[in-house]
Amino acid sequence: METPLTQHISASRPPLNLRDYEQVGGYQALRKVLKSMNPSEVTKTVQESDLKGRGGAGFNTGMKWSFVPMNDGEMTKYLIANADEMEPGTFKDRLLLEGNPHQLLEGMIISAFAIQANISYIFLRWAYKKAARLVRHAMDEAYAAGYLGRNILDSGYNLEMYLHTGVGRYICGEETALLNALEGKRATPRTKPPFPQVSGLFGKPTIVNNVETLCNIPHIVNNGADWFKGLSPGSDAGTKLYGVSGRVNNPGLWELPMGTTMRELIEGRAGGMKEGYKFRGALPGGASTDFLVDQHFDIKMDFKSVAAAGSRLGTGTMIVLDDRTCPVGFVHNLEHFFAQESCGWCTPCREGLPWTEKILLSLERGEGRPEDLKLLALHTQFLGPGNTFCALAPGAMEPLQSALKYFREDFERHINEKKCPWAKDHGTH
Amino acid sequence: MAHINIDKKSYEAKEGKNLLETCLTLGFNLPYFCWHPAMGSVGACRQCAVKLFKDENDTQGRLVMACMESIRDGMFLSVDDPVAKAFRSQNIEWLMTNHPHDCAVCDEGGSCHLQDMTVMTGHAYRRFEFKKRTYKNQYLGPFINHEMNRCIQCYRCVRFYKDYAGGKDLDVFGAHNHVYFGRESDGVLENEFSGNLAEICPTGVFTDKTLKDHYTRKWDMTMAPSICQHCSVGCNVIAGERYGKLRQITSRFNSEVNGYFICDRGRFGYEFVNSITRVQQPLIRREMVGFDEKRNLYDNLKTFFGNQNIIGIGSPRASLEANFALRQLVGEEHFYQGISENQAGLLRIILETLNSGKIHTPSLKEMEQADAVLILGEDPTNAAPRIALALRQAVRRKPLEHAQQIKIPAWHDAALREFIQEENGDMFIAFPIETKLDELSTDTIFSSPEEIARFGFAITSYLTNDVSKPEGCDETMMKRAQHIAEIFKNAEHPLIISGTSLCHEGIIRAACNIALALRLHKETASLSMIVPECNSMGLAMMQAPALDKAFERAEQGKVNAAIILENDLYTRNSKTAVDNFFDSCQHVMVLDHLHHATTSRASLLIPVSTFAEGDGTMVSNEGRAQRFFQVFMPKNENIRESWLWLDEFKQFKNGVNPQKLNESANLIEELVKAMQQFKGAETVSPPSDFRINGQKIPREPHRYSGRTAMLANVAVSEPKPPQDEDSPLSFTMEGYRGIPPAPLIPFFWSPGWNSVQSINKYQIEVGGPLHGGDPGKRLFTEEKISNLDFWEMPAQDFSPAAGEVEIVPLTHIFGSEVLSVYSAAIAERAPRPYLMIGEKDAGDFDVAEHALLRVKIQNQSFDLPVRIKKELQPGLVAIPFNLPSMTGIGWPAKGTLSKIKP
Amino acid sequence: MFWQISIGENVQVRLLFVLNMLTAEEITEIDHEIALVPIRRAACIEALKIVQQHRGWISDESLRAIAEYMQMSPEELDSVATFYNLVFRKPVGRNIILLCDSITCYVMGYEKLYEHLKAKLRISFGETTADGRFTLLPNACLGTCDHAPALMINNELYRNVTREDLDGILDGYK
Repeated sequence: METPLTQHISASRPPLNLRDYEQVGGYQALRKVLKSMNPSEVTKTVQESDLKGRGGAGFNTGMKWSFVPMNDGEMTKYLIANADEMEPGTFKDRLLLEGNPHQLLEGMIISAFAIQANISYIFLRWAYKKAARLVRHAMDEAYAAGYLGRNILDSGYNLEMYLHTGVGRYICGEETALLNALEGKRATPRTKPPFPQVSGLFGKPTIVNNVETLCNIPHIVNNGADWFKGLSPGSDAGTKLYGVSGRVNNPGLWELPMGTTMRELIEGRAGGMKEGYKFRGALPGGASTDFLVDQHFDIKMDFKSVAAAGSRLGTGTMIVLDDRTCPVGFVHNLEHFFAQESCGWCTPCREGLPWTEKILLSLERGEGRPEDLKLLALHTQFLGPGNTFCALAPGAMEPLQSALKYFREDFERHINEKKCPWAKDHGTH
Repeated sequence: MAHINIDKKSYEAKEGKNLLETCLTLGFNLPYFCWHPAMGSVGACRQCAVKLFKDENDTQGRLVMACMESIRDGMFLSVDDPVAKAFRSQNIEWLMTNHPHDCAVCDEGGSCHLQDMTVMTGHAYRRFEFKKRTYKNQYLGPFINHEMNRCIQCYRCVRFYKDYAGGKDLDVFGAHNHVYFGRESDGVLENEFSGNLAEICPTGVFTDKTLKDHYTRKWDMTMAPSICQHCSVGCNVIAGERYGKLRQITSRFNSEVNGYFICDRGRFGYEFVNSITRVQQPLIRREMVGFDEKRNLYDNLKTFFGNQNIIGIGSPRASLEANFALRQLVGEEHFYQGISENQAGLLRIILETLNSGKIHTPSLKEMEQADAVLILGEDPTNAAPRIALALRQAVRRKPLEHAQQIKIPAWHDAALREFIQEENGDMFIAFPIETKLDELSTDTIFSSPEEIARFGFAITSYLTNDVSKPEGCDETMMKRAQHIAEIFKNAEHPLIISGTSLCHEGIIRAACNIALALRLHKETASLSMIVPECNSMGLAMMQAPALDKAFERAEQGKVNAAIILENDLYTRNSKTAVDNFFDSCQHVMVLDHLHHATTSRASLLIPVSTFAEGDGTMVSNEGRAQRFFQVFMPKNENIRESWLWLDEFKQFKNGVNPQKLNESANLIEELVKAMQQFKGAETVSPPSDFRINGQKIPREPHRYSGRTAMLANVAVSEPKPPQDEDSPLSFTMEGYRGIPPAPLIPFFWSPGWNSVQSINKYQIEVGGPLHGGDPGKRLFTEEKISNLDFWEMPAQDFSPAAGEVEIVPLTHIFGSEVLSVYSAAIAERAPRPYLMIGEKDAGDFDVAEHALLRVKIQNQSFDLPVRIKKELQPGLVAIPFNLPSMTGIGWPAKGTLSKIKP
Repeated sequence: MFWQISIGENVQVRLLFVLNMLTAEEITEIDHEIALVPIRRAACIEALKIVQQHRGWISDESLRAIAEYMQMSPEELDSVATFYNLVFRKPVGRNIILLCDSITCYVMGYEKLYEHLKAKLRISFGETTADGRFTLLPNACLGTCDHAPALMINNELYRNVTREDLDGILDGYK
């Protein structure tokens, strides 16, 4: 089984430096691109590989690039690596950033070339201190070796790269909010259309791609679209970084073919539930995805199959809910997070999320009323996609609506028993 | 035209227009908050949700925000869809979770957009059972009150204040459900348009603080359509009164002139009407020769008019009617303009140019479309603020064209601003010091008035061979001039702005020349001239001699008596000249509403009405004749319109009973007969006998309360309301309830729409002209009627002699205008007197910032604290124009500086 | 910043307060960031970060000094500063504990760590110890969920933290 993304990552040693990276074939894809491909060929290859965005939305990456205007001469364009990993329960990009920063840089340079951007940014989460150090070092090496800067490898192509570390706020991970953050503004999202491909950073054409997405690019260029598609038996191409966290024996992160089943992840890789804990459900791809439960153990973890099961693949990093954790407390924790991280721009998100959080807290305190469940359901209905300005609130409603579906009796117990049945397992609220 | 289908009915709409705007135009009551017709869409409040269907067979549809959709042909929509309605109601419930529900004590209560929208969506029952978040309020200065708990976070305030008006000191702080709109710390809101926040805010966060001082519910006011008195732009306003006090000024929408917005001087300057310095009764000065204190007013009037050689001095702040009545009373050959020769001269040039048919003078709406702007020797932000606001929109025009290339709709404010970033169109400014619009300018030239004039001639010389290059311009100046000329040649809508603020003839001539020369390149070129006062243009059109001529005549002993109309001559000329004039007149009659230096020289002082107590017509700097209507009948019967007094005085003069004047319109008709240049002024409003269904237009909304009780302390029975014989408006609640003709709109109201947002219902298309067309009639001809050629550089050199400095008057939005300074809030914002001096001169005089310097101007000495201004040229100093303590200066002025020994 | 004091008539004393001006070092660092962006104010978040790095937090005076240097109004800068949760507009302690309170750490029992910290340091979230040694803040997911619960102190990440570990960890910070 091939693991292109993580093949050179090892927890036991520091990441490859430039020379070692080159020795294992690093920057060959970039050389190939600059020597023998034009930008549209790169885009076409990526499009044909069916690489889908690994940040959660799952849109064809090559297609996204193809919307960037290409005949505008010397127009400023930007490529941005979205390394603002902040989706609760998600820890995959950290591995790529800390484990093999040159792989990301090479992917970025190729992608920037494909859209003919001359400026690129890595928008890195503030908390990733180690990654910042390693990425900065890799950038210095790449500049020194002529992979960045003016006239890269004598190709005539120029690219500057900057590392920007954020100052907190989940919403910065939303690509248009990220643009506002980079512009030194409040990170409220922007409307689409116009898409960033046309009017992005500083009003110029911009591509924002997730770290994992970009790390795939050198491998696709080296090995071709068909190879990439062949990596997975399922409907989505390539490999995926899957993670499992929670009360499992072996929480962790693994690069596996797209479409690996949930059973393989939880029972196989994660070694099943810890002793004394039973599986009750899992959010398959970060905090803003719907619960999957026992009945879903054999579905393939690809974009389509997870959607068919009523959830989203999201970031592919799974959070497991066990039987000794209160589902209401679990969802309250999520809604507290989302309410805090609302940017405050649109009404439903700004005012609706705190309301759900307050109701869930009152349930946890044993102060819930029967009509509260109706109010929660109402919010899941009205905070849907399109009703709010961006996807934050609809995402926030996904775990809540599925919890109300799968764990309804637990919600009702809070109301009927006038207390949280799990209170002894957790700290006080 | 696109065909769209809403709730199974077919409508025609404009392709690409905004859906929310279209729904409102079509008459749907679709609630909204963050959208504003002048500011476009940002999609923040999510209130205007409607259902959009794929086609007629789609029964599911999806919710969309109407404000974020463009009209496309074949759209299927539903406003009444149950899910859309439920969502809109839910959205209100969210907004109201933290709202204090303090409507009873809220200034906005009953005329609140949030209330209206809440009722409209049907949200009535509150399910949120948790604590509300609360905020601390801020002190925001004398104009605006802050009550942050009421905020529904629609972001309109910052969008107006920052994005539209260029303010810097109001912003949004925090995130999630803790966003706060205010300043970084307590302090005065600096922007000149802060008052609009009171109308922009959909609820009671930002309210009019001056109204709060004498609060009354907004529907309890007697209101009339009026015209702002505080600069030459002629913004349309609504003035409201209760219990004999003028309570409030709000913007009266006029799509051609002020649109939705007015400046703070216009909004808060009204309190001179309520001032304790009002002239309350006729006053007779006993020591005056020939006047007997025991005789009554009429006897005194008889004596006064017994004089030979009575001259009349008009006023640029009095109506056409008043000036004309005076002219009729004293005779054409005895009527003088009441402004200095300098000002009259400037106005003659402006008038001749604008009325030549060779150049177009734009409305504010047209100014907003300009893609290249040159401001030559003016400071619009201080002299005609609303023009500055229009120019702030104009600089966005060129970048907006680029946005169209990537198909961002014109209504999509958020996307447009993200695309445009800080890009601006071309704007050039030439002024002695930095002005507020400099932050938007491509290039600013800091120079003396003389050099600015030369610079203007230099630009012209690159536009036409008929004007030669001026002497004395250095090479870099010539290069800059050439650069500007090239840009303007290639602009689609080039606009030249200048005006009289610097009192400099060369500048006026240069600006006219540039515009005339540009017109040879582009039919669309236009010229806007800022003139000093609300009726400066109207008075100038009467073509009477200037004040200096009256002074000369008096000096020759040919004036026995003078009638001075609504004018403080000490603001017009040097103190010595005015003193001499009064000394040489035997009798002086002054008609005015406020006491000032000139009224103190009157032997007969006649109290007259302000704009709020009378009708009148004025001509704006655009040449637009506009009518203002009496708001209320003053309780003090002594107070009458100037024109009414003056017309009655005819009987003293002629010894015959004058024909009774029923209405001002008669005067206007006579005026038009006597002076053809005013043709059209008689059409600016329907005549006084105009009725709809036999009814007058009520000045009071039908919700007006307390009228049977308000005079109960005087009489038990409800007195008959005053009759208005001069206009189709009545001083009652009774009358026609529909939408009146645009010039007669006394207030905006529509069923379900109690706030100013009801303006939507008065427009042909939302954001567009009022039903029946916007009020006002442009009097300047558009036909080429004159042989006007280019103006020549004035021969006179005003350069100061050795030891002298040239003194530049700096107009201030607050302080320089004579009426508004009588309002406490405006006075609070007026600058302290100062002497502005360049760095080099400060060094030569060895003075530091704030040190006192003595400046001697025309026999007057002022000891003023120094302000050092880097860009002010040597030999040039500046003082604030016309502050109450700094009058009696004839402009342009020179003076000498000296240090004060401690 | 100037204060003007009037002593009697026409006698004025001007005092120059330099305490809250930006230091040369801060300006050098900010200039570097400004050079990288097409619009000066786009570097304002970097400027806030730089000053916070030097001063620990952004006081009103610091904010005004940065705003002036960035050619922004204090309002414009504070609007940005107050949006982000890691720009500290209130004084903080010498060491900042960021305890992850997000979902996996919740499942893995961060609340027990919080109880322990509260008891030991006698502060709740958002508070600073009386000796100024620690400020305790909740933090959203630290991206190390396979090693939950986790926390950061200053720039150091601690994973699989137990109550027993905490005392030893805290001892390393003075």
